[in-house]
Parts: sequence; structure tokens; C-alpha cells
Amino acid sequence: MIANYGYKDGSGEYYISIDTDQCITCPVGRACLGACPKGMFESMVDDYDDEVVHVKEQFRRSLAYDCAECKPSTGRGPLPCASACTPGAIGHSW
Amino acid sequence: MITAGIDMGSRTVKVVLLEDAKVEGAPALQFVVKGKHLMFPGDLDADAAADQAFEEALASAGLDRGAVGAVYATGAGRKMVKFATDSVTEMSAGAKGASFFYPSARTIVDVGAEEGRGIKTDGSGKATDFAGNEKCAAGAGSFAEAMSRALQMSLKEFGESSLRSDRSIPMNAQCTVFAESEVVSLIHSSTPKEDIAKAVLDAVASRVCAMVRRVGIDNDVVLIGGMVHNTGFVKSLQTAMGVDEIKLPDMPEYVSALGCALLAATQRA
Amino acid sequence: MNAEAATPAAGEKPEFWRWAENVWVDETKDWRSAKTLTLGIDVGSVSSQCVAVADGELYAYSSMRTGSNSPDSALNAFKGIAGQTGMTLNDVHFVVGTGYGRVNVPFSHKAITEIACHARGANYMGGNSVRTILDMGGQDCKAIHCDEKGKVTNFLMNDKCAAGTGRGMEVISDLMQIPIAELGGRSFDVDQEPEAVSSVCVVFAKSEALALLKGGYTKNKVIAAYCQAMAERVVSLLERIGVEEGFFITGGIAKNPGVVKRIEKLLGIQAMATKIDSQIAGALGGALFAHTLVQKQGPAKPLLA
Repeated sequence: MIANYGYKDGSGEYYISIDTDQCITCPVGRACLGACPKGMFESMVDDYDDEVVHVKEQFRRSLAYDCAECKPSTGRGPLPCASACTPGAIGHSW
Repeated sequence: MITAGIDMGSRTVKVVLLEDAKVEGAPALQFVVKGKHLMFPGDLDADAAADQAFEEALASAGLDRGAVGAVYATGAGRKMVKFATDSVTEMSAGAKGASFFYPSARTIVDVGAEEGRGIKTDGSGKATDFAGNEKCAAGAGSFAEAMSRALQMSLKEFGESSLRSDRSIPMNAQCTVFAESEVVSLIHSSTPKEDIAKAVLDAVASRVCAMVRRVGIDNDVVLIGGMVHNTGFVKSLQTAMGVDEIKLPDMPEYVSALGCALLAATQRA
Repeated sequence: MNAEAATPAAGEKPEFWRWAENVWVDETKDWRSAKTLTLGIDVGSVSSQCVAVADGELYAYSSMRTGSNSPDSALNAFKGIAGQTGMTLNDVHFVVGTGYGRVNVPFSHKAITEIACHARGANYMGGNSVRTILDMGGQDCKAIHCDEKGKVTNFLMNDKCAAGTGRGMEVISDLMQIPIAELGGRSFDVDQEPEAVSSVCVVFAKSEALALLKGGYTKNKVIAAYCQAMAERVVSLLERIGVEEGFFITGGIAKNPGVVKRIEKLLGIQAMATKIDSQIAGALGGALFAHTLVQKQGPAKPLLA
């Protein structure tokens, strides 16, 4: 399942997508959980009884702000979350 | 040469007339004429509003249009000012204007009715980087305004009352429309008004601050735009940004218009 | 957040955005003869639905306004069905709670997200050819892609911003002083289809709508411009998950042809028709999940409301 967490408002579209099928067989021991400086990710059992990663509820409505520090307006490096997830299951829409 | 700067905001048109030779190096802005004209919310006839504001400023300065060498426009509606000689971005105008007051300015925070942004400048008055949140009422003055309405307070009272609170109530709603319901429930649960006001201003400040962090926070920090008048917001912003001081110019809502007039003077000289 | 508190006190001014509560029971069936009886309860921010499924088939539903607290709203929704059928919670084998207040359904055995429930419900209502589901509720909008079993394969949700939710529509209904149920019809009664309102943000769209009225637009034309903006917004969300044939619309917005027809036009795909009230998709999906769970694990002990 591709789970997209985030929102779209007047200022833009901000979604973090997680390919949860890849979480089931995660080869890097859920490295994303510790990689995010804000601790936005969390492991949970989904509606189909698979253990996957999701973005914590309290961050889903403020991603533009919560992710801001990893996204300087110039000189942006690789994102810690996406880099930690070597299978490439994490993507950002902005 | 006399130049004019027109800042076409979402709610108001701000005009500054400037006689540049006298302003160069001057400590105070006694030669500046300011004019402000309120627009109907979302007024489509922005050009007419700009024209009227310009005429009013000229009349109070005792000048006629022919005396003005160049008219630069800025702001969200800058392209709608048909009589402008040229237009510049809000970033350029803000950086120029703020640096005029405070040459030590490195980070400029501009919070108006509908937009909030952070601008980085290098001391020469040029904008070197910026990040902003546009077109969403939550990251700007509109959010505070809507909430002050729900509390039946003026925006000024709202800001002042928040200074009396030392509680931190997190606001869950990020959207202005949803936040109104949240504020109403806070009122119903007998939360003191000053605590609600602080919760709202803290929320706006944290959003603005997150945007400013994208350009980096370097001293000196200068706040421009209409929200400077909101003392509670200034305090919330200072806490959120973790800086010792935020410099506040005397005529915060005219800073961009002034920057525009200064750019006109430099470029057309 | 409290949806009721946001409404003005009764008698203050007409509430143009109000909608009617309703209860439906399949009179051809009798729940007493069912082997398995399950409930799905969807406590949304604005409305709460309860669906009863007997032996895996839809039996009854109710749709009620969500009150100031979720547990009471859940019970109130069940009472809508109980009142007409004589069913009690003791007769029910399994209860699934879903929706924004899903963890606050005191008599539910399990909470399942509304995303999974909507997909499951739409799969029942529209059949196994349903692939793309749009759910627009009072305070959120969901775009879901599912497989032939009704399992979610891709989804996104927007509950941060009021634009593109029923709430955004309510704001316009209030601004125009026109009952919400009439907006869709009126939006087609225009001399010429206007361009969409350009502001996404509801706060700014409100000012823009006022300016359009001032500039000579009729109310209907402003409504049309707003419906078009809503449709464009929804379509951009749907495009993120990919739109396929088998397009099903659930939630309150399904009842607004002004938005639905414009979405269909933009997508070039017709939404599937359903005889069942599409607002119950989430609760129905919950009741169906409950039915499967009873098949697997047996009936659960009734919990007190």
C-alpha cells in the first residue's frame, strides 16, 4: 500500500508517501524512526495486520513546518528520512 | 528626484513618497510622506485603489504627479498598478526598506495580513534568500484576526491580552476555518481569553518561525509588516525564534513601500 | 474539536448548511433470523452513521448529527436503528468503530481507520470493479485506490485545510444565504460557466466571492465558480493516487451534483451510481470488517455502551 500522509492547502501540497509493502520486509531495521530529527515516524500494525511505518498523527497537518529544517531554501542536502530508508520507500511531494 | 513606492497588500495600499537626496544618510525619515488606503476585502479593482492612495499621498505632500520621477510597485497586487514605472518583489522591497532602518539587519521577518515570509539580507540591502508561506491564511495575520473576531476583541486588545498569559495551550487545528471552531470550544470550556489569545499568537509565531528557519536565523532580526503592532505576537515570535531581540521599525507596514521608493531612487538616478 | 459548538445558538440565524438526519431499514429482512449480526459505527466530525449488517448483507443504517461528544454520538446513531428494529447491543456479535471519533466508540470491539472502511464499504456498494474512491466529508477529503477485494493500495487524506471539504461548502452556503442542499442545482443555473474561484484558502475565497458579487456575478454564478474550484482541487488530489475507471464517490459531497458533475467532467470519467446512501460507506465497511472477524474468531462479548 502506498500511504500518503500530509495535506494540501493554499500554499502547496505537502505529502510524505510510504510504500508500506516495503516496511513489512524492512532490511534496515526501521532506520527511518531514528533518522528523523523530529521523530515523526512510528511503527504500528495497520488495518490489514501488517507491521508498517506511518507518520504520527500530530505531524500530519503541519508537515510544511515540521519538515522545514531539513529543507533549507537553498543548499538543501539529502533528507535524513529518505536517505535512511535504503529500499526507497519514503518520498516527499515537495 | 522624488520617487514613489506603492505596496499593494491584500488589504491595504501603502504609499511612500521620497525625496532621495534628503534621505541619503538621514537618521530620521522626516521627508517621507506616507499614505494608506483601505481596500474592500478581495477588491478586484486594485488599480483604482492604488490610484486613489497615490493621489491622497500626493495631495498631502502638496505635489502633483508630474513631480514624481518614478513609481515602483511591490506586494501581491504589484502587477495591477498600471501607472507604475516598474515593479519589484516583496523580498527586494522588504530587504531594502528594513536595511534602511537597520543596516545591521540580516534576517527580516515580514508578516502581513495574508502572507508571512523570512528574508535573508547581506547588509547591502539586497535580498539573498527567502522562504514564505503564501495563500494560506494560517501562516499570517488573517489567522489572528479571525480568532480575535471569535473572541470579540480588537486585534490590538487581542495582542495585549496575550501578554498577560503564561500558559501554553497547543492549537490542534492548522486551518483558520477549523481553528475558529476550536477557539469557540475553548471559550465554551471557560478558558480565559488571554490564554486563548496567547495560544493563537504562539501558533502563528511557530509557523512563521518554521518558515524563517528555512533561510536561517542570523542577528539582527527585524520584523516588518502590520503584525509589528501586535505586541503579543512579537513576544511569541521572539520566544519561538529564540533570539534576544527583534528590531521593530517605527512604520512597520510602510517598510516595503519605502524599500520600493528607495529602489526607484537608486535605479532611476 | 467540537462541531456543535461552532454553530450559532438556535434562533440566532437560519442555518443554511444544515442537513437532515435519517434512518433506513430493509423491511424485507428480519435481524432475529440472522446467524451473524454486526455493526459498523462511523463517528465523523459532523455526522455519525451506524450500519447493521445481517449475515454479511446490509440490513439497516442511520445517519445522525455528531453531538458534543463522540461516545454519545455513537450511541445516538445506534439508537436510530434500535428504535425501528428493537435490536439491542446484546443482540450484536461484533462492533467496529471507525471515523475521526473511532477510539471513542465505547461499545466497539475494534477500531479500524476510515480509509480501510471506506474502501471496503465502496467495494460492497459499487461491486468489485470499484478502484478509485473519493470521500469528501465535513472536515476532510480522502482519495483511495483499492483492489478488487476492496483492499487499499494507495491513499491520501486531507484534513488539515477546510478548502475541499464539506466545511468549505458550508462556509459558502452561509455566505450566500442559500441552503446547502440547493447549492449544486443552483450552480448550473448560470448564463455562462465561470472560471473557478482562484483562492484555495476558504478565508481568501470568501473575500473573493464577495468581490465577485460586487463585480456583478449572480449568487448562482459565484456558487458555480466555487463548485468548480472545489472540483479542481479534488481532482488534483485524486491525480496523486492515480484515477482509474470504477470511480466511486462517498460522503456528503456525493449529494452535491454541482461538484460531482464538474469532477466527472474534469476527469472524463462518470462516477458509479448507487441506490444506497453513499454517506454510510465508512460505517458499512466497518460492519463488513466486523462480519469477517466473526467468521474468523467467533462472536465477541457485547460491551456496555
